[in-house]
Amino acid sequence: MTRLKQPVSADDHVQGSADALTTLVEYGDYECPHCAHAYPIVKQLQKRFGDDLRFVFRNFPLNEAHPNAEAAAETAEFAGAHGKFWEMHDLLFENQPRLGTALFVELAQKLKLPRPALEAALEGGQFAARVRADFSGGVRSGVNGTPTFFINGLRYDDSWEFPELLLVIDQAIESARNPAAD
Amino acid sequence: MSDTQTAEATSLLTPGTKAPDFTLQFAPRATLSLSELSGKPVILAFYPADWSPTCGDQIGLYNEILPEFQKFGAELVGISVDGPWCHKAYSEARKLHFKLLSDFEPKGAIARQYGAYRRDDGLCERALFVIDQNGFIAWSYLSPIRVNPGADGILEALEKLSAKAA
Repeated sequence: MTRLKQPVSADDHVQGSADALTTLVEYGDYECPHCAHAYPIVKQLQKRFGDDLRFVFRNFPLNEAHPNAEAAAETAEFAGAHGKFWEMHDLLFENQPRLGTALFVELAQKLKLPRPALEAALEGGQFAARVRADFSGGVRSGVNGTPTFFINGLRYDDSWEFPELLLVIDQAIESARNPAAD
Repeated sequence: MSDTQTAEATSLLTPGTKAPDFTLQFAPRATLSLSELSGKPVILAFYPADWSPTCGDQIGLYNEILPEFQKFGAELVGISVDGPWCHKAYSEARKLHFKLLSDFEPKGAIARQYGAYRRDDGLCERALFVIDQNGFIAWSYLSPIRVNPGADGILEALEKLSAKAA
């Protein structure tokens, strides 16, 4: 069983409560079509499970395959430094076919983030170390492609279509509620 | 050559075993021998076939995380039964920065020696070996064929090797 080696911490981008019964961690790449496919599925799961589900997104840009993945990840981190991580995360996936500098600038403006600061951050690699740290931690946790999901700290190797994830998260919540039932 | 280097292994070779040497083509007119890599840790990644889907693909993943292996001075090679021309096209298409070896003729001969051959479908297993600086197997792992094993086990094995060497 492959386990998440980096526990969820204050440095993470988190949606939902620390008291949630289940934590879903995604290692993702903004340019990966499978991650874009998973994006609305995660939203559906969040809607369905509400406070019982906490969601964490970590960067795993596959730069050899996806030329815009790194800059997209750094753009999201830049937005995060201004308190707008999730807004940017969503916009990047929703605009995946247009990823590139022009889009990053456009989205920053849309979120009222300072354009020169974004350009300087991307140019200077201000958030590169942060993205790299996510990536290295992911590699050590057995991330094996994108997206890779961990449910309550265990790598999930099956289908991440909605019905399968719904079932497995439901079970995780159930066993968190009744630990003795296992 | 000793018997252990020619016999077909019935199960995956385990730590402490001398890694069977081999010479295989990595390009249409070029070969690589395991013994040429002596002195540094070697990662052998047996895998079923070139051209599996992107993003979740083991070879693509290893290409992305090559720098993590290189931190340990380790050399990664992939091995499958695909021919050298197939490897060449695949490597170019995916911009791979490490060698893919062809266990092509006799088919799967090296995979058989490592206990990493699937007779039923004629493919390599998804099997990983970390070989130490002296040519002994330090770690091995057989993954379920449809599960990309990732690289955490490889990195742990490399860490242990470098701690031992220090």
